[in-house]
Amino acid sequence: MKIAGLLLLPAGWLLVIAAVLLLHPSAAEGSFVLTGLAVEVLALALLFRSHLAPRRRHE
Amino acid sequence: MTHPAFLMILLIPLAIAGLALINSGLGRSRNAAHVMMSSLCVTAVAAIAYLIFGFAWQGFAGGPARLMYISGRPWSWAGAQPLFMAGLDWNASPGALVAWMQILCVALAAIIPIGAATERWRLGAMCASAALLAAITYPLFGHAAWGGGWLAQLGANYGLGQGFVDSGGSGVIQAVGGLTALSMAWILGPRRGKYTAEGMPMAIPGHNAVFVLLGCLLAWFGWLGLNSAGALLFSNVAVGRLVLVSLNTTVAAGSAGLATAIVTRVRFSRPDASLTANGWVAGLAASSAGCAFVPPAGALLTGLVAGLLVPFAIETLELRLSIDDPGGAISVHAIGGIWGLIAVGILGRFGPSDSWQWLAQFVGIATLLGFVLPLAYGLNWVLNRFLPQRATPEAERQGLDLSELGAGAYPEFMTHTDEFLPR
Repeated sequence: MKIAGLLLLPAGWLLVIAAVLLLHPSAAEGSFVLTGLAVEVLALALLFRSHLAPRRRHE
Repeated sequence: MTHPAFLMILLIPLAIAGLALINSGLGRSRNAAHVMMSSLCVTAVAAIAYLIFGFAWQGFAGGPARLMYISGRPWSWAGAQPLFMAGLDWNASPGALVAWMQILCVALAAIIPIGAATERWRLGAMCASAALLAAITYPLFGHAAWGGGWLAQLGANYGLGQGFVDSGGSGVIQAVGGLTALSMAWILGPRRGKYTAEGMPMAIPGHNAVFVLLGCLLAWFGWLGLNSAGALLFSNVAVGRLVLVSLNTTVAAGSAGLATAIVTRVRFSRPDASLTANGWVAGLAASSAGCAFVPPAGALLTGLVAGLLVPFAIETLELRLSIDDPGGAISVHAIGGIWGLIAVGILGRFGPSDSWQWLAQFVGIATLLGFVLPLAYGLNWVLNRFLPQRATPEAERQGLDLSELGAGAYPEFMTHTDEFLPR
C-alpha cells in the first residue's frame, strides 16, 4: 500500500503536467488538473493508511 | 543606496528564532535544549549546504538555467549557477539579494520538520536530513517558483494567469518544510508512550507556553520581513506596496489566532494557548503567498480559514491518522501553506489576466504533493537506511538533552520524575 501510494503521487503530478503541456487554458485543462490532484489525494489516503496499521501493531 | 529588500531580509532570522522557541516550548522539558541546539545546527547545515549546492540548482530569475524544450516552448527545471555561489555580483545585484534571502529561507524551511519529529530525532541525522533538503528538495521547487522556472512561467508560456504566485513562500518554504515534516513523522513513527496498545493517543503537554507565545510574536516580526522581501524580489512589487504586505501579514495572523482561540473556547470551554499559537503561525504561513495581491478583507478571510483548519487538522492527524506531530508542523506549515496558495487563486487581484490564476496555483500544489513529498520521503527513507534517524528507546526515555547533549536545559529542577518509576 505504501509503494502504491508513493507511485500514485507522481502519477497524479504527471497527469497535471500533461494537461498543462497538451491543453490550452480551458475547462478541460482544469478538469484534468483537478483529476491529477484527486489521484494525489487518493495516494495520500493510501500512504496514511499504510503508516497507520503497523504502528498500532507495534504499540 | 541600500536596497529595501536587504533591510527586510534582516528580519527573517526572527522567524527562525520564533519557530525554534515554539518547537522547544511545545516539547517536554527533557528535550528543550536539544530542540534549540537542533535549530541552531540545522540552520547552520542548511545554510552551508545551500551555499555549496542549493543555489546552483535554484538560481534566480534572469540567471542561467537548465532548459528543456517541449513543443518549442522552454521548460526551465533547474538553475545553472556555479557551486559555492561563485560568479555572483555582490554589489547589491538581484542575484546577490536572492542568494542572501534564500540562505535564511532554506534555514526556515529546514527547521520546520523539527516540530513534527522532535523528542525522537537524533541530532546528527537531523543535520543530514537538513542538508538533503537544502541541497536538493528546496532548490528544485524554489527554482520552479522563485527562480524564473517553469511554475513561474506558467502565465507567459501556457496562459495561466500570472503563473504560479507565491510571494513570501507559502509553498516554497512552508509547504516544502511541512511536507518534509510529514515524511519524518511517517519515517520515525510516534514517540514512545504517545499511543496506547489500542491506538488511543495520550496527551503529552508542552513544557513552556511562554516560549510558545513569545515565539509567535518573534515569528510575526520575521514574517513581516519575509513577506516584504519576497514581494519585492519575487513578485517585483513597488516599495510602496509593502504597506499592504505588512498589513495583510498582520491581519492574517491575527484573524487566524483569534479563530483558533474561539474554536478551542467553544470546544474545550477555554482558549487553548498552544493551539492558538499554532493558529497564529498558520495564519502567517497562509498569508505569505498572496500578501502583495489580496485586499485586506481577503487576508482576513485567508487567516480565518487557516485558523479554523488548524485545530481540526491537528486533531484528525493525531486521533484518526496516528501522526504524532508535537509542534503541529504538518497542520500549520503544510496545510496552512497549501491553503495560502489556494487563497491567492481565489482572492488575488491581478487585473485582467487573473481568470486562470487558480489553475496555476493548483499546478503548484500538485507539484508539492506529487514531486516534493515523494522526493522528501524517498531521500529521508534512504538516509534512514544508512544513518538511523530515530533515537534509541533509552535515549528517548531519558530525554535527548541528557542522552545527546549530556546536560538538561533546567539542571536545577527535577522535571521528569517518571524516569524513576519502575517500568
